[in-house]
Amino acid sequence: MNPTVSKATRTIKVDYLARVEGEGALYIRLRGDRVEDVKLKIFEPPRLFEAFLRGRHFMEAPDITARICGICPVAYQMSAIHAIERALGVTVPGAIRELRRLFYCGEWIESHALHVFLLHAPDFLGYEDAIEMAREHRGLVELGLRLKKIGNHLVAVMGGREIHPVSACVGGFYRAPTRHELLALKPDLEWALEASLQTLRWTATLEYPAFEQDYEFVCLRHPDEYPLNEGRLVSNCGLDIDASEFEDHIIEQHVKHSNALQAVLRQRGSYMVGPLARVNLNFDLLPEPARQAAAECGFSVPCRNPFRSIQARALELIFACHEALRIVEAYEPPAEPRVLATPREGRGAAITEAPRGILYHRYSLAADGRIVAARIVPPTSQNQRRIEDDLRALLPSLAAEPPERLTWRCEQAVRNYDPCISCATHFLRVQIERD
Amino acid sequence: MLVIGVGHPDCGDDAAGCLVARRLRELGLRAIELSGEATTLMNAWEGEQEVIVVDATLTGATPGTIQIWDAAAAPLRRESLRCSTHGMGVAEAVELARALGRLPAHFRIYGIEGRKFEPGQTPSPEVTAAIEEAARRILEESGKCTSQD
Repeated sequence: MNPTVSKATRTIKVDYLARVEGEGALYIRLRGDRVEDVKLKIFEPPRLFEAFLRGRHFMEAPDITARICGICPVAYQMSAIHAIERALGVTVPGAIRELRRLFYCGEWIESHALHVFLLHAPDFLGYEDAIEMAREHRGLVELGLRLKKIGNHLVAVMGGREIHPVSACVGGFYRAPTRHELLALKPDLEWALEASLQTLRWTATLEYPAFEQDYEFVCLRHPDEYPLNEGRLVSNCGLDIDASEFEDHIIEQHVKHSNALQAVLRQRGSYMVGPLARVNLNFDLLPEPARQAAAECGFSVPCRNPFRSIQARALELIFACHEALRIVEAYEPPAEPRVLATPREGRGAAITEAPRGILYHRYSLAADGRIVAARIVPPTSQNQRRIEDDLRALLPSLAAEPPERLTWRCEQAVRNYDPCISCATHFLRVQIERD
Repeated sequence: MLVIGVGHPDCGDDAAGCLVARRLRELGLRAIELSGEATTLMNAWEGEQEVIVVDATLTGATPGTIQIWDAAAAPLRRESLRCSTHGMGVAEAVELARALGRLPAHFRIYGIEGRKFEPGQTPSPEVTAAIEEAARRILEESGKCTSQD
């Protein structure tokens, strides 16, 4: 029997999105193959972090904001630290800069490994979840778990503990690791690099839906290195700005169906942040083994298929392991683990690349070092509108599919972005209307 | 025996697991607190023979009810432990470990039924009472397992 597209209205509801961080839902209304409504509903309660920060000393900001997310606390620490250092005019020596990159690599490894193997792979292999998948692909799951553990361990060595690390601070680190401590990581990182190359080769065997969008990719771009902590904010549509100009170009909007604000580019609309954006705009800065493996696997840029984000994550796993090894091998401890930051009145903004995409922080400080105002724009709130746009574009081609398959494909499309709903709901704008 | 208290200490009744772990540490047991992210849990119980996980539940039972699952004996119904805001939580960690042959031989889950999970809240009186009761029962169990050891 040929599938027929009914003209009746169909409503697809996923009341609790599985395999995403935090609490969200999906609501779609179709009439025939026409999409009438798409809402990525984020109902996790708002968490008001920007308000918590007001009145606190700037040295507390990295540890407070790290609490926003258990998966990417390093990103929060890094964006907070860089923004505050810019407000205070602090610059750090090269060894500290390298340690920050190493710290960030640990987070990328653990976050990407979790998503690639445990959250996204089941979509491609046709399993309900990683548990079902593990019964038939034990080696794959074991590989992912070991990669994640290596990332977590790197974060713990650098940050004092795996979750909500405590070592990074404005000016550097409270404690710098010894050369011996970092060299001890080398065998694991060597294994992880090989495992990451294997991961990319495995992603080349997966089947990808033929779906492309004309995205505006937004990410950092640094002249000499694949971006983590520094660079200008660029896009493939001409955006090229310093972090201090972020709020002139990107605005956040409140929508009724979400406790997270939705970010859009002024007068242009939705945009994509994250691994696929970074790989597209920084492919030339990936290390040689990553570029070579990409060529062998037939992956090239521009890549506008969001389902291929899993390949972008695999490429970034290769980068993060390669970069961590480079830093570990060359490491010479800094003379002092941190430079002192003297309080002064000022305003500073910074963007760093969280595993899921750019994370913007901006702080205004009083002369005594207290935080007067804070603004945080996490990656998931930036991708939220783009996810809805993807679904709107994808759905007409799926309208004839049976309901379960349609729902599954939509969920997979959401998971392309590895949304972190806990991060996205850090803030709620309250609007009171009066007669 | 290792006791793992799971939850968020500052989200009302979600603190139940952490508070049981704290109480048991005071009483001399080996007990740790974790947020409930699946891979961290699996790493924590790696190599252990006997594990008790304590977590808040939302099953529709009366708040403060303590339910015990023998996870080593039978698969968990995942809807029983849906309090985690993580992509993969306690139930997923247990079942993934089972699928990979990494589940400790003796594995029980103590679920304490909660009713309020909002950030910044203290646990409800029903759950506060249940925390003490769960700690007492686990202490009793630990006595048994010590004699078996």
